[in-house]
Amino acid sequence: MTDGHDHVLTVEHLEVEFDTYGGTVHAVRDVSFGLRRGRTLAIVGESGCGKSVTVQALMGLIPMPPGRVTRGSAKLGDTELLGLPERELNRIRGNRIGMIFQDPMSSLNPTMRIGDQIVETLRVHRGMSIREGLREAVTLLDRVRIPEASQRARQYPFEFSGGMLQRVMIAVALACSPEVLIADEPTTALDVTIQAQILEIMQALQREEGMSIILITHDLGVVARMADDVAVMYAGQIVETGSVDDIFHRGGHPYTIGLRRATPSNDPERKQTLEPIEGSPPDLFHPPVGCGYFARCPHAMRLCETNMPEAFELARSPEGVLHSARCWLQHAAAPRTAAVNQRRSVSS
Amino acid sequence: MSELLLETRGLKRYFRLDRRRQVHAVDGVSLAIQANEILGLVGESGSGKSTFGKTVLGLHDKTEGEVRYRGELLPSRYRSADFQRWSRTMQMIFQDPYSSLNPRMTAGEIIAEGLSLHSDLSAAAVREEVARWLVQVGLSPDHASRYPHEFSGGQRQRIGIARAMIVKPEFVVCDEPISALDVSVQAQVINLLSELKTSFGLTLLFIAHDLSMVRYVSDRMAVMYLGALAELGPADDVFYRAMHPYTRMLVASNPEPDPDVERRRAPEPIDGEIPSPVNVGAGCRFAGRCPEVMARCREVTPELIPVKDHSSGAIRQVACHLYD
Repeated sequence: MTDGHDHVLTVEHLEVEFDTYGGTVHAVRDVSFGLRRGRTLAIVGESGCGKSVTVQALMGLIPMPPGRVTRGSAKLGDTELLGLPERELNRIRGNRIGMIFQDPMSSLNPTMRIGDQIVETLRVHRGMSIREGLREAVTLLDRVRIPEASQRARQYPFEFSGGMLQRVMIAVALACSPEVLIADEPTTALDVTIQAQILEIMQALQREEGMSIILITHDLGVVARMADDVAVMYAGQIVETGSVDDIFHRGGHPYTIGLRRATPSNDPERKQTLEPIEGSPPDLFHPPVGCGYFARCPHAMRLCETNMPEAFELARSPEGVLHSARCWLQHAAAPRTAAVNQRRSVSS
Repeated sequence: MSELLLETRGLKRYFRLDRRRQVHAVDGVSLAIQANEILGLVGESGSGKSTFGKTVLGLHDKTEGEVRYRGELLPSRYRSADFQRWSRTMQMIFQDPYSSLNPRMTAGEIIAEGLSLHSDLSAAAVREEVARWLVQVGLSPDHASRYPHEFSGGQRQRIGIARAMIVKPEFVVCDEPISALDVSVQAQVINLLSELKTSFGLTLLFIAHDLSMVRYVSDRMAVMYLGALAELGPADDVFYRAMHPYTRMLVASNPEPDPDVERRRAPEPIDGEIPSPVNVGAGCRFAGRCPEVMARCREVTPELIPVKDHSSGAIRQVACHLYD
């Protein structure tokens, strides 16, 4: 995936497994992607597709055992993250990579004042005194547009709404001006107007700080609003990746197209009938030998069942972002179809 | 023309917190549902939309106001005989297909329960009916002997739908039926509901927070904020030409799965959060967040009034002083 871009983070051939009573789950299967500097990469997929496990693996947040990173590399600049000792990981988490999660309450201490929790971060990571820290905490709360920040800093988490807590989490993540912000379903638990506020704050901070963002979501609307680049995950693999326009307008994988058709659009020009994707994702205890989407794919061919498709390169966006899809329909010998955007129709 | 099926007038449901404080969950909602329509009810968490649905069905007692079904006044507090009578006509599909199915009962027992209570069919006839409904909702007859944990979320929601439908209700309240499901599965359940609506002449109150999905499934859309209706009208009219400033804020917040639309989107101020529903005072409930707030809004509670949509010619109802 080294395609001449300035990548702040590069993940290659990542594989993660979990041992459970039911057997070994192959949660992440050969995942590679690059995060462009100052840009937002959305990783989109349904529950169980491995999108959260992927970022947890590179943050060293997979409990081992039962988890296991069996293969791959994740480089932040020149630093290899996988296998890094806990002490060094702790320096990177917070300092160079900030993270926010779906449920802010699970990352905050309910018995500590909001301001003190931010001060703690500032003391550990930036060596500030308590007084300096408190002043900085109020500035940070102000930057994520929490009204009356100095009073709010003296309150406890239970006195905050879900949206306000998510702002606090962004403030904590921001405390060390990280190069990369990983946001794992940051707005899934929030109402739509509050979601719009949080997304707006993330965009503004990216403009001001030049942060690179990995946004994990299942919501195609959020992807369209936020992403520069997109990786679509299914059954532990990235099935398609490219610029946001390539993914939405020139989808090359039947799953990407299926997701779009299953999501209501409000384009008044388009009289749409929702087309569900029948069936459900495969069991990752016994991942399919061939394409993970085979059982649900309306265009499946015989070879898809037993042969794992490689990631075929389709095109490059005007900005040079590679568009690729893991689908046999992209093979030079595949039958022509209007169902997906095929490579040959692009190159010819 | 359409026939009035269910009507609420000034329906209120308060929850008492202590001697001085009450949660005004539903605070005077009047609306009419026509036979064979899907009325979508959208609102953010805390808007009272679920409480409204449950109060309509008698799952909550009514604090004030009335509900009429085909003109007949429903009891303000249901006793078991009332449930026995009305649950044949009105049913509910719940949000969480995990907690709304008894884990100790098989799918077949869950689906059969309503029918066994409401009919004198033989056990064999009930079994047959259950098998028929399993197929109807896209499962198979041999799923009857399995337990809820053996099903995926989407399949469980199908069981919930079969459970509600087997007594052949006329009116079904769907309380966030898809919000716990994955995107690809949501469309399966939505299409199933529309099929059932067509083949059984159902009337649905479809409660959800997903504006795009509500616009897609509903004939008319009602927007609720802090216990009261803000706007009610044909779903497309309300979405594409929102009149109430709150509806406009919802539409502006709603992310569209199209990067071109998102890039073209004009920035709109989306400020504030839904306030506490405890002891709501006079004035418009949205006044604190409204970009077009006027002095009167803070004093006089706006009533739902009919306003003409000049593009479609349809009349809709809006509770906003901008249209007085």
